[in-house]
Amino acid sequence: MEKKVWLLAVGMTAFALAPGCKPKGAQTAITGDAASKVYVAPGNHDEFYNIVSGGFNGQISVVGLPSGRVLKILPVFSVNPENGWGYSEESKPMLNTSHGFVPWDDLHHIAISTTNAEHDARWAFANANNTPRIARIDLNTFKTVEIIEIPNSAGNHSSPFITQNTEYVVAGTRFSVPVGDNQDVSIDSYKENFKGHISFIGVNPESGEMNLSFQIEAPPFNFDLARAGKNMSHGWFFFSTYNTEMAHTLLEVNASQKDKDFIMAINWKKAEEYVKAGKGTKKKASYVHNKWDEETHSATSTKIEEVLTLDPTVLKDIVYFIPCPKSPHGTDTDPTGEYIVGSGKLAAIIPVFSFTKMLAAIENKDFEGELNGMPVLKYESVLHGEVVKPGLGPLHTEFDGKGFAYTSMFVSSEIVKWNIETLEVVDRVPTYYSVGHLSIPGGPTGKPHGKYMVAYNKITKDRYLPTGPELAHSAQLYDISGDKMQLLLDFPTIGEPHYAEAFPASLIKDRQVKFYPIEKNMSPFALKGITDARVERKGNEIHVYMTSIRSNFRPDNIEGVNVGDEVYFHVTNLEQDWDVPHGFAIKGANTAELLIMPGETSTLKWVPDRAGVFPFYCTDFCSALHQEMQGYLRVSPKGTNTPLKFSTGDVE
Amino acid sequence: MKSLSLSNRVLILLAALLIIPAYFTPLWQISLWAPQYPEGLNMKIWIDHLSGNVDQINGVNHYIGMRHIGDEMFPEFTYLIYIIGALIGFGMIAFLIGKRWSLYSFFGLISLFGVLVLVDMYRWGYEYGHNLDPKAAIKVEGMSYQPPLIGYKELLNFLAYSGPDTGSWILIGGVGLLILAIVRDRLEKPALVQNPYTSN
Repeated sequence: MEKKVWLLAVGMTAFALAPGCKPKGAQTAITGDAASKVYVAPGNHDEFYNIVSGGFNGQISVVGLPSGRVLKILPVFSVNPENGWGYSEESKPMLNTSHGFVPWDDLHHIAISTTNAEHDARWAFANANNTPRIARIDLNTFKTVEIIEIPNSAGNHSSPFITQNTEYVVAGTRFSVPVGDNQDVSIDSYKENFKGHISFIGVNPESGEMNLSFQIEAPPFNFDLARAGKNMSHGWFFFSTYNTEMAHTLLEVNASQKDKDFIMAINWKKAEEYVKAGKGTKKKASYVHNKWDEETHSATSTKIEEVLTLDPTVLKDIVYFIPCPKSPHGTDTDPTGEYIVGSGKLAAIIPVFSFTKMLAAIENKDFEGELNGMPVLKYESVLHGEVVKPGLGPLHTEFDGKGFAYTSMFVSSEIVKWNIETLEVVDRVPTYYSVGHLSIPGGPTGKPHGKYMVAYNKITKDRYLPTGPELAHSAQLYDISGDKMQLLLDFPTIGEPHYAEAFPASLIKDRQVKFYPIEKNMSPFALKGITDARVERKGNEIHVYMTSIRSNFRPDNIEGVNVGDEVYFHVTNLEQDWDVPHGFAIKGANTAELLIMPGETSTLKWVPDRAGVFPFYCTDFCSALHQEMQGYLRVSPKGTNTPLKFSTGDVE
Repeated sequence: MKSLSLSNRVLILLAALLIIPAYFTPLWQISLWAPQYPEGLNMKIWIDHLSGNVDQINGVNHYIGMRHIGDEMFPEFTYLIYIIGALIGFGMIAFLIGKRWSLYSFFGLISLFGVLVLVDMYRWGYEYGHNLDPKAAIKVEGMSYQPPLIGYKELLNFLAYSGPDTGSWILIGGVGLLILAIVRDRLEKPALVQNPYTSN
């Protein structure tokens, strides 16, 4: 008896002390030369740009690979007090919508422009999930230059995926919603009154300017993600769908009942023909189109009242449904365009479809049924094969251009590498934790660059020094140049990254704009030199035409402003040199600073609420005399007649 | 006076023609490097104008009260085109005359031109470097900040370089041809037709 107690005690002590009971962590997964592979020596540049969605921060992070260093936070759909985006008078129209000014959104996906299915990296496109919009970012300036709102859409998740020559950017609605004149309908009438619209936004091949070309009226499913066909499947687009049950309550259960949902294949070339033949119907809609002009340094917002829709139940040969198990999330096409991977997030296998077989099935009318007159193809007829036992919760697939696919497994928290032809799993690595999207340089294109893969994770837990309840999202970088994936680096990210695309830095780094030529500044408030600096009163508006150059503002002393006047500071940065921005802020302004790039003009509006003298200063440490770069503005009580007076740099 | 061989006359012609690029290429350059200007600032002086990072250089130089550099600062820009034209013309005439003295005169003239340019550059640099605004934010020790005439010089946080640019190098090449012509002429064996007055 006593012996047993002793044995128990020894056993428990051993248990308490044993380190081996916990599964081994990442430490053992790292091999010795990982550090040197991600080390970018001081003064050297990263090999790849990674354009990373910021998720719920509504912005984009620009990250260098392989270092994982954040190079820039680029505001898109969310205001950014750091540089005045959404606060300056010039940038406010960029965030205008049919609902008025919206200061935030949820940015999920990135699409980098391509030509012949290869990155040309002229523009990045990004989606606003909540108030459906698509933005275009100029990659020569890393600036959001266009935002178009998507009507008849809600939860713009299946977006912004592009065709191989950037002919179209698509926006599939996650939520189906009532459309038309009467949208005040019972939610129970979901099946009759709700529609799922797929938008095709045409992109001008020279300017990049977007235009909502047409919408396809689809059944009220939830559209999740999409990929264009490429190379051999160019001309087609594939959308994953879930909730084909068409439930409208407790979707967690009610939208997970069917064994198979669909991948919706759209023959967009055919749709284009119908549009040209005038088969579309113009319908009333309300959305805005916002454009940034790099010469006037300001944005305009235009309201549009009409959209062209195509009805695929009437116009045949546009839409086909491919059955896909169960609630597919990602749908991805391989670099050749032959294979379409559906990632059923609740499925035990990954189905891979063949484009050639799909065309044959359409040709042979190999249908298992139809949906409102739209053919449903036979699963077996389209299937290339299934990846067996890949892991749990497949979400997204990227490609390395060497015949392999990499699928993220959210539930089993791993990445699985498999052979596209043979469908054999060849390698798997853990992620930390619960990986969402993957990003391989050129991974979604016809010509992947391979080399690295980033896993963008949803759960962070213990990966970094803890920072209270709210943590940064984690990312891991893997070397995929060999047979085995090798973990190299673990780094925290900004916001909540969803999709990201990476491309070689050499594509764009030598064409970066360094400053704006002052002679091309067409802002109506621009000053071309210090001599034009002045203050003008127009009724209760005060317009300050101000210059900033190292290290002074002109004018720098202003009097004659009354409480309640609307004061507009139009500040032109006269510098013509790289990396010499000037900032502008005035005490008590209910707005953010301006951060004005060389050669640019920006306007801050300020309504003084009390009499007194208000200092303003340059907020960007611009020079050795930055602390001297300041001025005063005197505010007199309402109704006083203090004469308008300003000084422009007299030496005392 | 001695007539020149055809080949030496051609050298004179070439030297004269090599002055022509001076109209289309920069003649002088001034470069500046500082920790915060790793890419360098560069100003080029042409026959009748300036180019390059003139605005940036002015922006930097205003801290110590240097005068604003601009085309108007150089009256030379109004007459240099004629002087260069005259040099080319003189070279052509020297080629046509084809005598030893014409070669020497052309060489002398072009050398004098070079010296005068350097004197003028030094005078400009001295004035530019010594005529500082006493109200400037940064007071330079000795109130002088003269750029180098030729070569490198450290000035506060800047390393400055001054030297000939493309047009001048071509022109200097032309002068080299003249020197070659002179040397060849000196070493030349007496002409095939013997001069009856010399016994060689």
